[in-house]
Amino acid sequence: MLNKGGTLVTNNDRAAAGPAPGGLGRRWRPREKLIEGWIVLAGLLTIVVLLGIIALLMKEGLPIFLHTPPWEFFFGAKWYPVSEPPTFGIMPFFVATFWVTLVATAISVPVGVACAAYLAEVAPARVRETVKPVIEILAGIPSVVMGFIGLMLLSPLVQSLFHLNTGLSGLTAGIMLSLMSLPIIISVSEDALRALPDDFRQAAYALGATRWETIWHISIPGSLSGITAAVMLGVGRAIGETMTVLMVAGGALAVPIAPTDPMMPMTAAIASGIGNAVRGGFQYQALFAIGLSLFVITLAVNLVADRVLERQKRKFAR
Amino acid sequence: MIKQINKVKRSWLALAAIAGLGVVALTGCGGSQNTPAAGGLTGSFSITGSNTVTPLTAVWAEEFMNIHPGVNIAVSGPGSGAGIAALINGTTDVCQASRKIKPQEINEARSNGVEPYEIQVATDALSVVVNPANPVSSLTIAQLSAIYTSRITNWKEVGGSDAPIVALSRDTNSGTHVFFKEHVVQMAGLPGADNSLEYGPGVLFLPSTEQGVSEVARNPNAIFYPGLGYVTDAVKPLAIKKTPDSPAVLPGVATALDGTYPIARPLLYYTDGAPTGVIKDFIDYCLSPEGQARVTEAGYVPLK
Repeated sequence: MLNKGGTLVTNNDRAAAGPAPGGLGRRWRPREKLIEGWIVLAGLLTIVVLLGIIALLMKEGLPIFLHTPPWEFFFGAKWYPVSEPPTFGIMPFFVATFWVTLVATAISVPVGVACAAYLAEVAPARVRETVKPVIEILAGIPSVVMGFIGLMLLSPLVQSLFHLNTGLSGLTAGIMLSLMSLPIIISVSEDALRALPDDFRQAAYALGATRWETIWHISIPGSLSGITAAVMLGVGRAIGETMTVLMVAGGALAVPIAPTDPMMPMTAAIASGIGNAVRGGFQYQALFAIGLSLFVITLAVNLVADRVLERQKRKFAR
Repeated sequence: MIKQINKVKRSWLALAAIAGLGVVALTGCGGSQNTPAAGGLTGSFSITGSNTVTPLTAVWAEEFMNIHPGVNIAVSGPGSGAGIAALINGTTDVCQASRKIKPQEINEARSNGVEPYEIQVATDALSVVVNPANPVSSLTIAQLSAIYTSRITNWKEVGGSDAPIVALSRDTNSGTHVFFKEHVVQMAGLPGADNSLEYGPGVLFLPSTEQGVSEVARNPNAIFYPGLGYVTDAVKPLAIKKTPDSPAVLPGVATALDGTYPIARPLLYYTDGAPTGVIKDFIDYCLSPEGQARVTEAGYVPLK
């Protein structure tokens, strides 16, 4: 629908401008239709793939509830997939994902929003033009490299700093994840801040507000929905990240009580178990059910982010 | 910002195009090199499974491919469980394993039309290692079991300094994980054996053996159980006592061969039915005196 709308606008523009020079007239329409059809197909394909993934997750994952009832699956604390008989309780993974995401968010949101405010409000254009692409490069570092850095540099540091038994902990993973979601948060928040009409700032300055007062009382509240969306996208990234947490979170099966405990988030549990799972076996089904829960969580986060972004757009559409 | 992204995209496209050309050029050259000498062996197959066996298989595969340039062997080591699953699912030709296939897995294989065929290719002494700074130099199997079930959590309880124990293990993909659980945690065949024992909640599960060894090298309170081939100078292997009264034995080729080291285990290959063709030639090479000589070099224990 969106594609169609977009094409219609182009057609109207062209009609208003009259026949374009160079013979771009009605006889080009069949080709345009072809392209239009192809775009629609491409759009449909993503929807089909998404529905296929959901269907597959449900088909492979839901049968585990015949073996382990849902309350035992979600609230059980014992995960012994290769024992006889196996037990599947995903509470430790669930809590681990919570801790790791919490640490990542607690670090990346203040730093990210502050950095975005600096780039959008304070930094001269030249600094902004240089710093922003650099931050976007940070987003492109492969997660296995981040995991390696966490393993070699950060985990000994965290261990000695917090006097832990081991540096492989949820805290280490959370810090690495915060570095990975920072670029998203900075980039999207900066766009939101810059989308705020300049009249707001001018009005604030005219009333005698300082630059800090303008940022704190005008710019950030004014683009709060955009910043919230940025935070949601960052949180989504942190929840779904796999390789880094697999390498540095420690992988203990106890329900983690503090973020400094070693833990195994949901993504790491899937990654470390799936190679060993026989297709259609209980462990396979249980891992798919974790995947399904993870999908529901990230979907919820993305939906919220989407709604918030939509609100932001409508607010400034006037 | 959109402009920047476009620029980035364009340069990526260019890069991809160059990479693509490179691949085409390489495969072009490779094709001519791969033409076998008259009567030479050709073929390609994959070996996947145990992280423990991988270094050994890699040595064999490299050597075999040197002798027979027409043969291509792909080796990977996600874990024995993963290898057996791959054999059952028909996604590998040979499965390397550091534990025996379970009856349940044999059933699953048969229902998939796969008949697992077992070949022992070497033996491994499963070493228990600690940091060189750790004063503890020997443990009984019962003590190891207590450590890995989180019943003993401080080194002073086993004669060390007053420090918490960081017990490291491989994840469930690993044959070493399963072997260690059966023979050490559950103490199979020893007094006090208990099938219901499981790894304790304090145990850390790691995705690879290398990671465990490097953590022990760095952390004075850590303990881990790598295969003999992974033991480096940066870690200290412990002497193991089968029972509190038996002598403490260090892991090694000699002690594993004469059977005095208590946690030695077979390293196995599984194929679908008896191996044929180039796979049979490869396994014959592994079992030949020449192939077994490589076993000692790689840090494992050869077959007698």
